[in-house]
Amino acid sequence: MTVAAMQTQVPLAGFVGDVIKQLGDAVNEVHQCTERRGIARIDPARTVEVARKMIAMDGSRLATATGIDVRDGIDVLYHWAIEPQGVVVTLKVLAARPEMEVESIANVVTGANWIEREMHDLLGANFRNHPDMRRLILDDSWPEGVYPLRKDFDQVVDRPPLPPNQTPPDVNTQGEGGRR
Amino acid sequence: MSHRSVVNIGPFHPLQEEAEFFQLYVDGETVVDVDVRISYNHRGIEKLDESKTFDQVPFVVERVCGICSASHPLAYVQAVEEIAHVQVPERALYLRTIVNELERIHSHMLWVGLAGHFLGYNTVFMWAWKYRELSMDALEVATGSRVNYANCKIGGVRRDMSDDLLAYIDKCSADLVGPLEMLTKAVLDDPVLHARLKKVGILTPRDAKLYGATGPTARGSGVPIDVRRDDPYAAYDRVDWSVITAPAGDVFSKAVVRLLECFEAVKIIRQCIKDIPGGEIDAKVEAIPPGEGVGHVEAPRGETFHYVRADGSNRPVRHKVRAPSFNNIPTFKASCIGLQIPDVAITLASVDPCYSCTERMCVVADAQTHKPIYNFAELVRLSQRKTEQMRKKW
Repeated sequence: MTVAAMQTQVPLAGFVGDVIKQLGDAVNEVHQCTERRGIARIDPARTVEVARKMIAMDGSRLATATGIDVRDGIDVLYHWAIEPQGVVVTLKVLAARPEMEVESIANVVTGANWIEREMHDLLGANFRNHPDMRRLILDDSWPEGVYPLRKDFDQVVDRPPLPPNQTPPDVNTQGEGGRR
Repeated sequence: MSHRSVVNIGPFHPLQEEAEFFQLYVDGETVVDVDVRISYNHRGIEKLDESKTFDQVPFVVERVCGICSASHPLAYVQAVEEIAHVQVPERALYLRTIVNELERIHSHMLWVGLAGHFLGYNTVFMWAWKYRELSMDALEVATGSRVNYANCKIGGVRRDMSDDLLAYIDKCSADLVGPLEMLTKAVLDDPVLHARLKKVGILTPRDAKLYGATGPTARGSGVPIDVRRDDPYAAYDRVDWSVITAPAGDVFSKAVVRLLECFEAVKIIRQCIKDIPGGEIDAKVEAIPPGEGVGHVEAPRGETFHYVRADGSNRPVRHKVRAPSFNNIPTFKASCIGLQIPDVAITLASVDPCYSCTERMCVVADAQTHKPIYNFAELVRLSQRKTEQMRKKW
């Protein structure tokens, strides 16, 4: 029995369980950490359908999303908070290599617009049909295809050169941090 | 018909702490669309945290924001405590609550002052910032610093408060009630402010949900969400207080929510000081096991959300920080459209946007020639002049 199959058998309790049950067979594996926290991995093809179900629930809102650079691609974690029960349900979707692409939920949940742009900037996850995939976090002069939040990005070695119109700051005129 | 122009607000303005860039598409005086660009000061704190040990991260994240420097570390330590299943001692929970509520008072009063300035009420600005000093003094004696309190650690707090100190904080909080009542009356009883702020920059409950708005921005739209009540942390479930909401969704509602929340904060602090139990202030925490944790805290501006993943080493594999303004600033797309330019300054200010969390100089430029028409100082002046005209009418 695989680890994933074992985790599916963990009985779901309380309100978190009810929420995850409503998502039906889009859920591949489940893990409940505490009474108020649940984690579910969902089928990447059904991201939008799940998002639609989540936003339709009473008191639900998309708190934020986290992108994590993992071996198989970028793991996108949508954190849904539901009030007044005070639970946080994290829905994981894997944007698998090599495309690292999942369907954007920003057309269904407006609040996902910025965070998906952030994940695209910093991690290189791609969101299909996103309404406005311009840069949000990185400077316009930052080179294409360099993703600073990936595990293989080294803050010193991989730092891109400054654009030609900018000069590095003079260390003598900086504050305390600049004096070495 | 007039032609469309672009009004640039940002990225830098001396009135605001940080950089943020708003582009208003205007038709004559009416705003037809808003575009926001952020992250002029992106510091890469999430990446930095991956190279710090679990114990070092609270000192990094309290520098995310100079005002929410109690909320960010608390949200982070709660996420880690969830991974490691740490039982925090009672006394530490009360001490955390006191510092966080003092922070709320100082943040809200700072906002009331700035909002007053934007509207041309410079007396409000002076008074709010004067009485805010009471809460700043209390924070300074309690933690040793006016900003970056270095108060939280995994398993508890770093510093205990003596009975004398608690009595001093209690006195500061009690002294705040009078000035707060005066400020609240100054806002609620002023006919000019009613005319100026009501039905301006309305955020509907539906938009609040879709954008994931949090804190006073959501509660000002009648959405009763508050992490302190819904998912209680620290000592909030042990004291008596209520969630403040206002139904209209306009700038006035948001101001009312913030002012009334200060009274609740005073109530919470005084109860905590009365009921605080003795005992240890921190629990011993062994190694952090592999796992994932979520910590969220009701910061003055809304919910601060932290996600931590641990792999059994002494550093977080991933630490996600989401400050409330990241969710609240996009609501301008819903609330600013249809407004007149003089109302935009106060609507932008009404969500108390925190730029370190998520840009601000203001230039109104002609869309065809890109020649500046207004800058931010002129926008503030426009806003102040509109109030002045209304005041003369009354």
